[in-house]
Amino acid sequence: MDFGSINPVVLLASLMVASTPILMAALGEMVVEKSGVLNLGVEGMMITGAVCGFIVAVETGSPTLGFIAAAIGGMALSMVFALLTQVFLTTQVPAGLALTLMGVGLASLLGQNYQGLKPPPVSDLNIPGLDHLPVIGPILFQHDMMVYVSLLSIAGVWAFLKYSRAGLILRAVGENHSAAHALGYPVRMVRVMAIGFGGAMAGLGGAYISLVRVPQWTDGITAGYGWIALAIVVFASWKAWRILIGAYLFGGITVLQLNLQAAGAKVPVELLSMSPFLATIVVLVVISARRHGASNAPAMLGRIFHASH
Amino acid sequence: MKRRTLLTAATASVLALGLAAPSFAADKVKVGFIYVGPKNDGGWSQHHHEAAEEMAAHFGDAVEIVVQESVPEGADSERVLTQMALSGADLIFTTSFGYMDPTVNVAAKFPNVKFEHATGYKTAPNLGVYSARFYEGRAVQGYLAGKMTKSNKVGYIASFPIPEVIRGINSAYIHAKKVNPDVEFNVVWAYTWFDPAKESDAAQALIDQGADVILQHTDSTAPQAAAQKAGNVYTFGQAADMAEYGPMPRISSIIDVWAPYYIERVQAVMDGTWETDTTWDGIGAGMVGIGEISSAVPADIKAEAEALRDSIAAGEYHPFTGPLNKQDGSVWLADGEVADDGTLAGMNFYVEGLSGDIPQ
Repeated sequence: MDFGSINPVVLLASLMVASTPILMAALGEMVVEKSGVLNLGVEGMMITGAVCGFIVAVETGSPTLGFIAAAIGGMALSMVFALLTQVFLTTQVPAGLALTLMGVGLASLLGQNYQGLKPPPVSDLNIPGLDHLPVIGPILFQHDMMVYVSLLSIAGVWAFLKYSRAGLILRAVGENHSAAHALGYPVRMVRVMAIGFGGAMAGLGGAYISLVRVPQWTDGITAGYGWIALAIVVFASWKAWRILIGAYLFGGITVLQLNLQAAGAKVPVELLSMSPFLATIVVLVVISARRHGASNAPAMLGRIFHASH
Repeated sequence: MKRRTLLTAATASVLALGLAAPSFAADKVKVGFIYVGPKNDGGWSQHHHEAAEEMAAHFGDAVEIVVQESVPEGADSERVLTQMALSGADLIFTTSFGYMDPTVNVAAKFPNVKFEHATGYKTAPNLGVYSARFYEGRAVQGYLAGKMTKSNKVGYIASFPIPEVIRGINSAYIHAKKVNPDVEFNVVWAYTWFDPAKESDAAQALIDQGADVILQHTDSTAPQAAAQKAGNVYTFGQAADMAEYGPMPRISSIIDVWAPYYIERVQAVMDGTWETDTTWDGIGAGMVGIGEISSAVPADIKAEAEALRDSIAAGEYHPFTGPLNKQDGSVWLADGEVADDGTLAGMNFYVEGLSGDIPQ
């Protein structure tokens, strides 16, 4: 195989950019699932975030405000899901699917007048002193703000779930909501907050596509990445640092296969095209085959909680 | 009482209308369209939709259009088509290559409904096909790409390995090579018509590897945005003019012009003269438009590109004129020989000089 014309430094740098939307959406969804709620509406929240972020960034000229609006937009849509599943106790799977359909339609409606516009550019935030390090500098320290935010979120969520009392309560709610309720923890409130966090993260991931990775607005711009984020959560067996691996593996192989094609590698294109999915499935099987693999799912995942039960 | 009066009045007016213009209410022609992407994708599907609306505006109240967007190719489209036929459509346009077999199947089930499939090659008594000779436009793009590239690397974002896409690659390559013997083409198969993030990544991968001209056969404007971000990269609008990305990176475009064809075919249905057909028109007939060559292109190159366009339009020059060899070196066209439509319609090989394999 000829790797001659592929520059590994550039490849690794673009890998991080390509993976960030999935990384953020998957991390948010992981927190939601850790609290025992299965929200299949990630795609809908992502695309709503993408359009909200785009509109605000175009109108104000500030990408930062755009990202804030994207988080709010994603969170607002997730509150519809919270209302349905936590107040009206509807089943989570159809509610999540409905959320996706609604989000895609809503985004299309909101984005009507924003076709063909260009958002303000998101500038790279080079970390002073580190960005000129050979090899490491261009890979790690010459990205836009959101790449750093996504990496910090991984660390933050990991520390929150592992070391903080609030994280412990969230996990308790996800593992046994009746026991948590008996101990006096506000099960529904915890879940609503987790759902809101998931919505905000999905919104940020969506806005990363419409403001940085593509940057433009067209209908259907998230093109199914929300579903991949859902798969990455299972792949990561609900562990924050494995989300990082999963998202970078998927994003990385996606970028790598396009680069291999562009470099004219003598590998069948069909194989290259399915390689991101293939690699993800293989790793999933390997993880599941181990004793604590897929059984790591929160015990209350998808179960409805009612205080009288 | 009031309601009855209203009903009577309504009936009377319908009758009056009916008498005055027999073809008005009763014979309203219902025309269906299905698109592979959203109807405002900025490219292929949007252009079909705009042509559909132009057609509807042309006929006014005599026509009703029904539209279904973002229909996946394959079994799902068969369901959508069946639904459309059942709901009384008289004529249905299916606007993507992958709808070919579903259209054939549904056309067999509804002999009284007329179907028109874009870019395919299977016909039936109630199923016609239409396409444009995009390869004529690709020749002009290839010419400009060969002239404009400084790195001598041209990137090509291909969608699916079907004849239409392969023709485009070959035509662009032949004309780039003619004016720039050192030119190299790198083809990336995206396996999608519409996925902005992936198209953007593909463009980025090609740019990272030194390509400074990007041709695309996918539908979104994402590659244009990626090229714009990268700086000194030239692109071409695909299916739509994509003028919002001019004068840089977009230096020209291929524009699909479907409206006249849609008007003609709907008119034929109204007149009862509709028959199955195989329409394949190019620049000359006006089905393929070449978008304004932007100010980023030097005047002499622009003039030569326009001359090439005009000679193709006039029928003086065919983009596939020998001597041309296939990729393996075997002779395809002898000196002066012109490719026949049958070979072009089923083209599944690269011409000599292109590297890589076509996925089979």
